[in-house]
Amino acid sequence: MTIPAAYTDYATGAPVVDAKAPTGPIEQRWDTRRFEAKLVNPANRRKHTVIVVGTGLAGGSAGATLAEQGYHVVQFCYQDSPRRAHSIAAQGGINAAKNYRNDGDSIHRLFYDTVKGGDFRARESNVRRLAQISVEIIDQCVAQGVPFAREYGGLLDTRSFGGVQVSRTFYARGQTGQQLLLGAYQALSRQIAAGNVEMHPRTEMLDLIVIDGRARGIVARDLITGKTDIYIADAVVLASGGYGNVFYLSTNAMNSNATAIWRAHRRGAYFANPCFTQIHPTCIPRTGDHQSKLTLMSESLRNDGRIWVPKAKGDTRPPNRIPEDERDYYLERIYPSFGNLVPRDIASRAAKNVCDEGRGVGPGGQGVYLDFAEAIQRMGRKAVEAKYGNLFDMYQRITDEDPYEVPMRIYPAVHYTMGGLWVDYDLQTTIPGLFAIGEANFSDHGANRLGASALMQGLADGYFVLPATINDYLARNPHQEKVTAEHPAVREVMAETEGRIERLLAVDGDRTPDSFHREVGELMWEFCGMARTDAGLRKALERIPQIREEFWRRIKVPGSGEEFNQSLEKANRIVDYLELAELMCLDALHRAESCGGHFREESQTPDGEAARRDDAFSYAAAWEFTGTGEAPVLHKEDLVFEYVHPTQRSYA
Amino acid sequence: MKLTLRVWRQRNADAEGAMSTYEVDGISSDMSFLEMLDTLNEELILNGEDPVAFDHDCREGICGACSLVINGDAHGPERTTTCQLHMRSFKDGDTIDIEPWRASAFPVIKDLVVDRSAFDRIIQAGGYITAPTGAAPEAHATPVPKPDADFAFEHAECIGCGACVAACPNGAAMLFTSAKVSHLNVLPQGAPERETRVLDMVAQMDEEGFGGCTLTGECATACPKGIPLMSITNMNKEWLRATRKAGKR
Repeated sequence: MTIPAAYTDYATGAPVVDAKAPTGPIEQRWDTRRFEAKLVNPANRRKHTVIVVGTGLAGGSAGATLAEQGYHVVQFCYQDSPRRAHSIAAQGGINAAKNYRNDGDSIHRLFYDTVKGGDFRARESNVRRLAQISVEIIDQCVAQGVPFAREYGGLLDTRSFGGVQVSRTFYARGQTGQQLLLGAYQALSRQIAAGNVEMHPRTEMLDLIVIDGRARGIVARDLITGKTDIYIADAVVLASGGYGNVFYLSTNAMNSNATAIWRAHRRGAYFANPCFTQIHPTCIPRTGDHQSKLTLMSESLRNDGRIWVPKAKGDTRPPNRIPEDERDYYLERIYPSFGNLVPRDIASRAAKNVCDEGRGVGPGGQGVYLDFAEAIQRMGRKAVEAKYGNLFDMYQRITDEDPYEVPMRIYPAVHYTMGGLWVDYDLQTTIPGLFAIGEANFSDHGANRLGASALMQGLADGYFVLPATINDYLARNPHQEKVTAEHPAVREVMAETEGRIERLLAVDGDRTPDSFHREVGELMWEFCGMARTDAGLRKALERIPQIREEFWRRIKVPGSGEEFNQSLEKANRIVDYLELAELMCLDALHRAESCGGHFREESQTPDGEAARRDDAFSYAAAWEFTGTGEAPVLHKEDLVFEYVHPTQRSYA
Repeated sequence: MKLTLRVWRQRNADAEGAMSTYEVDGISSDMSFLEMLDTLNEELILNGEDPVAFDHDCREGICGACSLVINGDAHGPERTTTCQLHMRSFKDGDTIDIEPWRASAFPVIKDLVVDRSAFDRIIQAGGYITAPTGAAPEAHATPVPKPDADFAFEHAECIGCGACVAACPNGAAMLFTSAKVSHLNVLPQGAPERETRVLDMVAQMDEEGFGGCTLTGECATACPKGIPLMSITNMNKEWLRATRKAGKR
């Protein structure tokens, strides 16, 4: 048997340029772009078909809005209903620069906080637009009937989140994502009933159809009948979410996957900053090898909960028996001005550090305490219940421990991916006619996303940005060639898809899909997780092609392709993880600096903070696919900072 | 622990179904119910058998995908979703029956997976507020009294899992429908469509083949999100009010 070759080197191609980004004063750029974008006559819009893949906050809001504008929308989700997309699990809230608290907030401050929080690896123009749109999102959602938390006077309540010193996070108890998603789902439902959206639930995109260099449709599989089919359109929008499930254990839904974006990448869309993954500091620690997923405890808990570990190593006393002066409230100690509300990347790394020192708590020492004793004393149990009741219940259900009595145990877990398909200011990928919105793109969060900003970005992209920019593309390409199933390019994509499914079923080996997923996930967590090193990443890059080779030799997928077959769905997604994982490691290896969630041990300050290297790495890394197991080509997009000057982030 | 599972197996919508018996061993009490089923499925795959199909996704109790009748109860013995049920609720040596939602409006697709698209069509009939993107007034233009906002939220918590239908002896969808009607009709933003919403949603509910309500209350007992039974009373009131008003026009 030959050992599959690994790559650690790559070629650098021409820089990638955001040709749609307007110049001029940053406050005016979005208005300028909207004015300059060509429009499609309302009467002509219904002649245009737009495919939207995914029905989360980004996809649901985009599908509804495009249909309201008059376009014919054909939309897909793998779930049995568009209401179940994983945005629904977002707990804490959504940021908006409303300044209702009169606490010094402004659009500029939200812009500033987000660029800084992202450790200066995001585009200024995009982030400024996001901050500007944030205020419209709240108006839109309230009009839809989203039941945000309110004060006794009937006005909206807000709370604080990590990385900021104002209170700008709007919330609906611990279910903000659910309520915002249902708002988008209901708007989408109205358009489905009106016949403007053709909805395909339980249908998964398996490939992208590119004709004459333009995105013209997708191949999708009906998960009930197993039948693969082609769907043709004038433009394709990917709103399929992130790729955190590469790690096997994450806070993502079990079926969230990278297939839509990875297949688009294989067809020519550049993939930007794949190594930028967010490890969320407050998740429930794993309990054993049976674990299938991890559950997040909202960051909002850090408003009132205090994080600590024992001062002494190996202190196994129950938490309530450890006296106050033998506890280390390490975030409050190291970062006195932000305390427990430091950004996620910093909180996660700090937790890892104290556990590595041997001061972790709970089974295996992989946990820290999140303690509400003081909050309960200060506010009373009732007030704590009203604010966090559902989160406490969830914690108790999973761990069988009562967080009102004993401190919660938390540990970092993979939660979100800042990287994604490279897009320009219009959210268009490097394939004309292919757009990526929400977590599927890379655009707004740099190397670290601030809490309550994912909901903001998903809805900004779907309700406001994409519906404005896609017009420009459609107006400039009004009469595209008619495409049928007989078109050679379509037949080729179909044949490839069917071939892959047949191949998966034909191996009939001795290992289950989950066993491979677990293996690659553990490898990624070890070498491409919270701390990364040159040597570790090289080890992972050597190992991944071997796992891939073994996968195609030993995978066992029961049943057939012509039926409801969940094992086949899984196996097909793992094929893509086994390629994406390799790109993530290469990206992490090449970026020999620490920034945000990407921590390279070789690049840290004397006190252990991430040391950015702006001289060498102030760019977004956009990778071009060249073939499975072949080194990709790197295209750099230089980042220019005119308004927020890059500094070493300080939350001390 | 060691368990005996009796699971409903049905190849597809048209096939006959039956209960099949399986033994699982080495189950930890920290496992979730679905992780226990994962363990069974890993064994079935390696033995060359067809794994048990079941709906699941977020596994944190919010997406509403999971939907098992366990020992005769929708979502099992605890008041939670199936994915949040843990094996510590069972004892070593237990025999556990696992079935799909049973209701004529929810046909079986395979094994434990059912078709709940009727719920989507009820929402499409009127479970929304017409507010096209861009047309919204400033959020603070209309204050909502806190009790109304809290009432709306309490009903908006519904995850659309369908346990209410599965638990109901009549297979009624009253709790699901009334939760959405109650959420939207109490809000000032929902007022312009208050009457059409309840009339259209109830009409669609009937058309989908859900049964009638006899107020047995099983729905509210099974609901993992605690949607109150009063929600149904509220919808009946809304429906009566809308019907009267329509009569006067």
